[in-house]
Amino acid sequence: MKRVKKFKNVEELRKTIDEQEASRQQEKKRVIVVSSGTCGQARGSLKVIEALKKAIREEGLKDQVMIRVTGCHGFCEAEPNIIIYPDRIFYQKLTPPDVRTIVKETLVEGRVVEKFLHRDPLTKERAWYENEIPFYQKQKRIVLGDNVFVDPTSLMEYLSIGGFRPFLKALTRMKPGEIIDTVKQSGLRGRGGAGFPTGIKWEATHRAPGDIKYIICNGDEGDPGAYMDRSVLEGNPFRVIEGMMIGALAIGAREGYIYVRDEYPLAVRHVTLALEQLYKAGLLGEKILGTDFSFDLHITKGAGAFVCGEETALIASIEGRVGEPRQRPPFPAQKGLWKKPTCINNVETWANIPLIILNGADWFSSIGTSGSKGTKIFSLVGKINNTGLVEVPMGITLREIIYDIGGGIPEGKAFKAVQTGGPSGGCLPASMLDQIIDYESLTAAGSIMGSGGMIVMDEKTCMVDVAMYFLNFLRDESCGKCISCREGTQRMWEIVKDITEGKGQPGDLELLEELALATKEASMCGLGQTAANPVLSTLRYFRDEFEAHIYDKRCPAGVCKSLIRYAVIPEKCTGCEACKRACPTGAIQGTRKDVHLILYDKCIKCGACLEACRFEAIEAQREEAIAIVREVKP
Amino acid sequence: MITMKMNGVEVKAEEGWTILETAKFYGLEIPTLCHHEGLTPYGACRLCLVEIGEGPRAKLVSSCTYPAEEGLVVHTDTKRVVQARRMMIELMLSVAPYSKTIQDLASKFGVTRMRFKIRNEECILCGLCVRMCEEQMDGKAIGFQNRGYQRKISTPFDLRSEECRLCGGCIYICPACQLRCQGPQAESALCNACLTMDPTCLDYYDELQCWMYDAGRCGTCVREKK
Repeated sequence: MKRVKKFKNVEELRKTIDEQEASRQQEKKRVIVVSSGTCGQARGSLKVIEALKKAIREEGLKDQVMIRVTGCHGFCEAEPNIIIYPDRIFYQKLTPPDVRTIVKETLVEGRVVEKFLHRDPLTKERAWYENEIPFYQKQKRIVLGDNVFVDPTSLMEYLSIGGFRPFLKALTRMKPGEIIDTVKQSGLRGRGGAGFPTGIKWEATHRAPGDIKYIICNGDEGDPGAYMDRSVLEGNPFRVIEGMMIGALAIGAREGYIYVRDEYPLAVRHVTLALEQLYKAGLLGEKILGTDFSFDLHITKGAGAFVCGEETALIASIEGRVGEPRQRPPFPAQKGLWKKPTCINNVETWANIPLIILNGADWFSSIGTSGSKGTKIFSLVGKINNTGLVEVPMGITLREIIYDIGGGIPEGKAFKAVQTGGPSGGCLPASMLDQIIDYESLTAAGSIMGSGGMIVMDEKTCMVDVAMYFLNFLRDESCGKCISCREGTQRMWEIVKDITEGKGQPGDLELLEELALATKEASMCGLGQTAANPVLSTLRYFRDEFEAHIYDKRCPAGVCKSLIRYAVIPEKCTGCEACKRACPTGAIQGTRKDVHLILYDKCIKCGACLEACRFEAIEAQREEAIAIVREVKP
Repeated sequence: MITMKMNGVEVKAEEGWTILETAKFYGLEIPTLCHHEGLTPYGACRLCLVEIGEGPRAKLVSSCTYPAEEGLVVHTDTKRVVQARRMMIELMLSVAPYSKTIQDLASKFGVTRMRFKIRNEECILCGLCVRMCEEQMDGKAIGFQNRGYQRKISTPFDLRSEECRLCGGCIYICPACQLRCQGPQAESALCNACLTMDPTCLDYYDELQCWMYDAGRCGTCVREKK
């Protein structure tokens, strides 16, 4: 890490940025970029880095090659991956021994190692370079793109990509009103979920009476399967902080808080390191760069309550009270943290600000649809080939995200639904695949943009089970203040659980709808008001599945354990014993080359045998059907 | 003075009033449960819901916590409001079926069915006792624990609190655990006796003889029964 010196005035910082940028352009060394965010580390990127260092040392390439450890690049499926600059050769899914081969072949002898290249799941073609990979081609990575170029723990690296130029521009050449106008004209809307225009929020906080104002960065990302904010904070914390500093200039705040959940240790570490360096560099604290602008930034760790992502609950949590939402108005812009005007924005929103200030409002508003501007990061997870973070312009269709970027559904299965917006969002069926993505059209379709979770489901997913999963999450994560939300989610969960267990009754769906509507209408905060969405959207698009569970006692996808029973089809079974080895309870009997048998009293219906069988000889049958057959022929 | 429209009538509210306070001042009845004049508004029971705004942007808010705003359009008893209220009562009833206060509310709003499994917890977590203890008794002996469906009211670590002076304020204010419904079918949860009573009591009994021993305060006897 390059040492940080204290910048005394604006000129000094400008000079350093120029120098750093120039030195990056003149860099003669080859650079190996290793993606090492939380996802990379989970898949062993730290060991890859060790092996890489060792191999380079042994080959004597230390002076010609530089290793840059960065945050997540978004392509989680391919972790741990490396990109070799300047050619941008992309190697994926590496293990420490692979690294030796790459160093020898590519760095020493200048050959590309085919087997580590990315292979498209649909066309089966190998892509040599990073920009040839379909996953990256359709994206517009204005926020995430820089993750590749910076070591998130080094301020100097951030300066070398032109970091803090937007801040300098805002500090020296713009009045608060101009900054707010630029943000307003850009059409940026809150990326946390509700999509409130950021400029209007800033203006309200700016205009609110009072000397002391606060700004907050909301990094309490709690949706299952979503990790956009984590990757931005891990991969480029300086960008977020710079956005907040510009916000502080515009709003007139002297103090700010970054609220990150403690479950994101790497994000917490990178933000803490960034803050330390910025204080050392004199970019935070009293009289920044010799001007009248003073700004203090603190990090607050959340204890992992989903509801603390709601702004009033988050403020309560920073103040040290129980994370419970309160009635708005008064809005945080009028009375927020410690009852002072407070502007609270999502991580991604803050990260967009420096780009808007640098490139202008027109550049930003040229991307996207009429009502929703810019790009949005989605975490594309579930039954999808290219799992990862995708940053796409607003107005792209679901089909483009799932098939062109995501590479379709694994194992040739059919697409069934995509769940957007986390637990507060909804499930959209295949008929909605050509739906464009922006705030309004997703809401009209019965889902929400949310913070950007996107869970893809294939034909083997039971939608009743999905609704139950999200309701279970919500009944646990509701703060419990409003009876509508606390009891509403609990009762909805009970009803849906009964349905999955085959105890559903006629009238359940009507009651479920009535209750869902009441929960939506009567709750105080966003959590309760959207808690019914998983139920309402699955009922809207997959009502037949609910009805099959209730009236036929049948789970069409073969998921709900109480309604299915695994059985061996004798004609197809080859007696390979694969299922027997996979069974955790020893419920499968049979010798080699003999048709196997599942002992029902031992079977826990985990489905491991179904996964293990290569001959489709195991089938999820209707529990009741078997019972009836048994009765007929005793 | 703040001017707003309530059920079509122009009303004036003092600065700092809530919608509920304004409605009370003008004699409009809004049912409440977790609200008490001596305590800070909390907004947990969602009974005092009113509809604000017009057209597609109209929404339901709890009137006890929503401040009176200039030009606000409020409707206290639309179909939307009553439907939501009835569901709230049904939900409360299913956790505290023996509470007379809630049974009376059920009768008053015509909640005749209880479609959820009874979970006899008695507490509806309205938070009156917590606020009573903290704000009026200066005790802070009890508080909420956990969140979501596991939420409950207890002393810290479920131990006998040294802060508690056994003043009984929490029991005094509780709408659920103290007054038991004495109606003919209380045991079978939803009795609705007050609803189905024929003839209505005030015609036949004087205050002392109200068979609910409630002096007609349940309000159901003034209901027209034909």
